[in-house]
Amino acid sequence: MSSVLYDTPGPKARVRNIAYTVVFLALLIAGLWWAIAQLAEKGQLEWALWEPFTRLPAWETYLLPGLANTLKAAALSMVIALPLGALFGIARLSDHAWIRVPAGAVVEFFRAIPVLILMLFAFQFYAMNTGISSEQRPLYAVVTGLVLYNASVLAEIVRAGILSLPTGQTEASKAIGLRKGQMMTLVLLPQAVTAMLPAIVSQLVVIVKDTALGGVMFGFTELLNSRQTLAANYANVIPSFLVVAVIFVLLNFLLTSCASWLERRVRRGKKSSGPLAPTEPGGGLQTAGAVPARGGNSETVSGP
Amino acid sequence: MFDFLEGYDLLGAFWVTLQLTLLSALFSLVWGTVLAGMRVGPVPLMRGFATAYVNIVRNTPLTVIIVFTALGLADVYGVTLGAGDFDSQYFRLAVFGLSAYTAAFVCEALRSGINTVPLGQAEAARAIGLSFTQVLTLIVLPQAFRSVVGPLANVLIALTKNTTVAAAIGVAEAALLMKEMIENEAQLVLIAAVFAFGFVVLTMPTGLLLGWVGKRVAVKR
Repeated sequence: MSSVLYDTPGPKARVRNIAYTVVFLALLIAGLWWAIAQLAEKGQLEWALWEPFTRLPAWETYLLPGLANTLKAAALSMVIALPLGALFGIARLSDHAWIRVPAGAVVEFFRAIPVLILMLFAFQFYAMNTGISSEQRPLYAVVTGLVLYNASVLAEIVRAGILSLPTGQTEASKAIGLRKGQMMTLVLLPQAVTAMLPAIVSQLVVIVKDTALGGVMFGFTELLNSRQTLAANYANVIPSFLVVAVIFVLLNFLLTSCASWLERRVRRGKKSSGPLAPTEPGGGLQTAGAVPARGGNSETVSGP
Repeated sequence: MFDFLEGYDLLGAFWVTLQLTLLSALFSLVWGTVLAGMRVGPVPLMRGFATAYVNIVRNTPLTVIIVFTALGLADVYGVTLGAGDFDSQYFRLAVFGLSAYTAAFVCEALRSGINTVPLGQAEAARAIGLSFTQVLTLIVLPQAFRSVVGPLANVLIALTKNTTVAAAIGVAEAALLMKEMIENEAQLVLIAAVFAFGFVVLTMPTGLLLGWVGKRVAVKR
């Protein structure tokens, strides 16, 4: 057990590490103990509060419809935002300033404002100006807000993807006489989207997490919102929170794992393409259990 | 034209947003650095804890965390964080939730920074007999911090935007005021433009300034 940051522990260090482990474990157990003791005192550990999750009605009436709405909003947002993002990403790389500059301004503007502001605006806008029924309005508002925000983030991802391609790709397509549109659609965009696929899937995590905003702010019946209805019925605040959090974490963990799997595939594909391909960047400190730094857009960290 | 602003404390709301941002930035920077230290450290239990923390928190919606601080921590656990009245209690809980969430991203940014420090630095440090804590605090972290100013700026910008989620538990920051205003006033587009402008003013200079700082302090290699 060693890493570049510390030597393989000798007898002294081993004793010290064990001491740290014991103290840390004691702290963890004390914290957990406090948390559980408080729950027991407030009666949140009663089996009656947990029991609904073992039977079908709670899932059928509350959690599964909520999850379905969360997924629906996330999928709709991604499907609409991706082409829009690609369009704006390409527009930002245009040779014509009158396309490039406005596209850049739009992208930077929507990236700078919180997605909640966009959702609130869309919700009120639909209420005042359209005949969308009040049951449908939250879904429309959530999807609109998410599309506006994520299209601009995806535009940056696509742009970074295109810029990361070797210049030989552009030169070669020009040499064989492709027009600019052909070069983009036949050569650059397919490669950029493949290279940026991990970043795009990671963005899906951000979208799934953001759908929960619509639930608290204007009653979009997604997972977090259905938790509230469920807890109102069974009076199980803490159990329902735990169950909903676990569902969210599992769902997003699945997406994250999918993204890192894609990333490994993309990397491997690059490596096997012959000696011309650039060698693995590295030479830095690879800490124990380090995953490779995620390529592409650091904006994937954002979002609630 | 801007008479719809009468009777609303716009600056006050943005001041709360700014306070939420700065306090959470401070706490998440400290907690995130500690997490990063645990994650690369020699004690397996701490490493496991930090890894689990980052993976769980990163995959939980911030909204769930913030709402939980109100309904779980405040109502069930009776956590007040030393606040006297409800307003400051929920403000502090929001700072707590935002810090706990953002720290996971700070930790990841720092760890990627640690990975950019050349191998020889840590090897040289170990060769002259420094302990893990010394290697980390004297040699590796100072260089790592200088290389992650850009990524940390992105985290800070995301945090600024994420403070709007505090509206979910009724903290009187910008998004909550906007919700109130667009429900009571007719000039929807103008109000939204004012708030959008407010956030552009808050986030854009951060990105530009820290981008410049990041270039200046980066270790030339």
